[in-house]
Amino acid sequence: MPDLSTNCAGIKSPNPFWLASAPPANSGEQIMRAFDAGWGGAVWKTLGQPIQNVSSRFGAVDYRGSKAIGFNNIELITDRPLEVNFKEIYEVKKRYPDHAVVVSLMVETRQEWQDIIKRSIDAGADGLELNFGCPHGMCERGMGSAVGQEPTVNERITSWAVEYSTVPVLVKLTPNVGDIVPHGLAAKAGGAHGVSLINTIKSIIGVDLDTFVPRPVVGGLSTNGGYCGAAVKPIALHMVGALAREPSFGLPISGIGGVSDWRDAVEFLLLGSSSVQVCTAVMLYGYRIVEDLIEGLNGYMRDKGFARLDQLIGRAVPQFSEWGDLNLNYETVAKINADKCIGCQLCVTACHDGAHQCIHPKADTRVPVVDESECVGCNLCQIVCPVTGCIEMVPVDNGFSPASWNQHVGEGATLRPKKGVH
Amino acid sequence: MKSPTSPAPGAERAEGVFDDFKPAYTDSQALTEANRCLYCSDAPCIQACPTGINIPEFIRKISTGNVRGSAGTIFESNILGMSCARVCPVEVLCVGDCVYNEMGVPPIQIGKLQRYATDHAFEAGWTYFEAGADTGKSVGLIGAGPASLAAAHMLRRLGHACTIYEKRPVIGGLNVTGVAPYKMKADRGAEEVDWILGIGGIDVQTGVEIGADVSFTDLEARHDAIFVGFGLGPDSRLAVAGEELAGVAGAVDFIEAFKLGPVDLGGVQHAVVVGGGNTAIDAVRELIGLGVPEVTMVYRGAEAGMSGYLHEWKAARIEAASARWRTQPVGFVAADGRVAGLRCVKLDEKKQPIAGSEHEIPCDLVLLAIGQSKLGALLADVDGVRLERGRLVVDADGETGRPGWYAGGDCANGGKEVVNAAAEGQRAALAIDAWLKAGHGLRGQ
Repeated sequence: MPDLSTNCAGIKSPNPFWLASAPPANSGEQIMRAFDAGWGGAVWKTLGQPIQNVSSRFGAVDYRGSKAIGFNNIELITDRPLEVNFKEIYEVKKRYPDHAVVVSLMVETRQEWQDIIKRSIDAGADGLELNFGCPHGMCERGMGSAVGQEPTVNERITSWAVEYSTVPVLVKLTPNVGDIVPHGLAAKAGGAHGVSLINTIKSIIGVDLDTFVPRPVVGGLSTNGGYCGAAVKPIALHMVGALAREPSFGLPISGIGGVSDWRDAVEFLLLGSSSVQVCTAVMLYGYRIVEDLIEGLNGYMRDKGFARLDQLIGRAVPQFSEWGDLNLNYETVAKINADKCIGCQLCVTACHDGAHQCIHPKADTRVPVVDESECVGCNLCQIVCPVTGCIEMVPVDNGFSPASWNQHVGEGATLRPKKGVH
Repeated sequence: MKSPTSPAPGAERAEGVFDDFKPAYTDSQALTEANRCLYCSDAPCIQACPTGINIPEFIRKISTGNVRGSAGTIFESNILGMSCARVCPVEVLCVGDCVYNEMGVPPIQIGKLQRYATDHAFEAGWTYFEAGADTGKSVGLIGAGPASLAAAHMLRRLGHACTIYEKRPVIGGLNVTGVAPYKMKADRGAEEVDWILGIGGIDVQTGVEIGADVSFTDLEARHDAIFVGFGLGPDSRLAVAGEELAGVAGAVDFIEAFKLGPVDLGGVQHAVVVGGGNTAIDAVRELIGLGVPEVTMVYRGAEAGMSGYLHEWKAARIEAASARWRTQPVGFVAADGRVAGLRCVKLDEKKQPIAGSEHEIPCDLVLLAIGQSKLGALLADVDGVRLERGRLVVDADGETGRPGWYAGGDCANGGKEVVNAAAEGQRAALAIDAWLKAGHGLRGQ
């Protein structure tokens, strides 16, 4: 059996699946049930001066019958007394010594940071996560993403936390920035042991067409929330990968953002995460989804011959390149498998209206034909095809040596003739 | 307000005992099914629809919450889209050609989605069409069934005045008097008639028989073009002695009777339906639904050779119908002036009687569903109208061979579905419009 245990910035857990700091990690009772279900760790819902929340708090994007492919919230940090939280942290650690309990923190002054860090560690925290990410509510009070968006503030507060902490410190980064790298480097400069990302994305989830109020509605008004759920995964993967491949960074990463199943989790691991945090999918379906996460990762590692997680963590990072280094002479064309084709012709319309007009209907058959001399290999037909494995993108040996744009500009490398240019 | 041409109130109609065989979708069911549609390009389902409804488009509009637009897409191609949603044999049309069949996945339930959209349009009272600017032209339509209604509605959109002549009191044709009640009841068909006539300017004259009450010469003097949509005639008879016995009836007559009013089946223990077409299957299922304990279909061909749809016969079998294949009635048994049995012979593969195979099926009701007579002979004196064994022969535009005379529906296609009548009526209306716009016209010629 592959070993799923992980060590993310010195925080150890029996598997890489942690509950993210959010409603599913709000209380000791919940977290113990999650650990019983199989979760390897949990980041306690952010502690700070307990707040007062609004009603309602969540909104979602449904798409073609799929519920909540995107989700947002305007809930703030814990609304429970700190002493209750610390007592429960102590209880959880006592009962689950091998599981990771990371405590998320968000306070204002240096003194407050010192106090809350001491109390967290006294309660048994295995690590701390500094919440520099929430893009709603707390940022208006100078906390959350207001910190994460200012590298100098991020670095300063991180250095306080590292000074007061005897356990590893993760800095949770906000995606509401132009380039994530300087913000990761600021955390590193402050002495962080690792980072976790992404927090939620500033968003308006929708507008009520009848009342003209954006959602979620709070007494006739709304505000921006933090966007998360399956739809944000690509943004999160990019930011995780951007830090993982930055040579001057080099800190462990706890990946977060739209993880719903084991495949998503493996993608985060491959792009450099050594633990994976999940919130929205648990909010929608419960702690039980961890069974598939564990089984799927296990099966994947067996299929690929990985015995330990460190054999796959970061394996996709070297292949995350700049556009200018891509081989412009690499060529693929679409091939339609006539035996599998059901004749929906979605590829015809997609290619004609959205791509390069090279897939055509043919008389006496519903199976379209690809004009390979015009096909640019864009993948659109394969993306719209409803039949698994019906359209394949097949490499073409065009006789040209590999040549990137950078090689073309720098060394005069020869590029193949352009295709699909009308 | 009920018009005098409407069916009796629901409680008085025997058909009221039937539930919908395919119940209406709830909002959630419709959304779930609509979201499954692949939204194919140049979709096979459209090609399979005689009226060419843009099915993927109307389904997509359901999924986006644009139900008003969805129904509009349907009505644009088929003004009888509400009834067709219920009565179409979708299994052999649009649904049968859904690409999901190729994938081994259940096909999209297009009929139920069409019903969802069109029912919403009826219930909400959305309107889609206005009469066109008056052209000064007038079209006379014979028969008030689906073909004439579809033609008249399109002609009104194009600005031509319309008069429909119907010899019977009920408007709507078989859509009101003949549809199996587990698909659609008479009052719903009548509602659709009112809805279609809502465009205004369609004068329906019931109780008027063309050729008797109004001569063909008078008809041509009144109108610039004529559309013939008078459907089929009475149930065909077996030409076997005893057909006049009480307890022997034509299936179409029987169906009309229980759709429009009460019927008394008290005491009928065993009914026999003669025939192997869709009317026969309908009659079998209807008799079972009306409470007849035992219903047997008697058909001279084999099961595989029946002209009725297999999916309908399967449903009948599930409802406990039985059948005698390769069986031909040759006489009736009478008792107390009523039918008491059907005498039959078995037929061989060449449909020839097998010697010594004569037998009797005891029964107390026999419905004849062996076809309906053709009415083309009514037009025998109208020069130029082509007839073939009682059927009007028309071209793709519905032209009959006599200038200005067009036809569609059962009288021209020999007896098909409502959707065929709707398509042919609409197509003829467009041809009539083109003919009139080219300067032709019967009046003043």
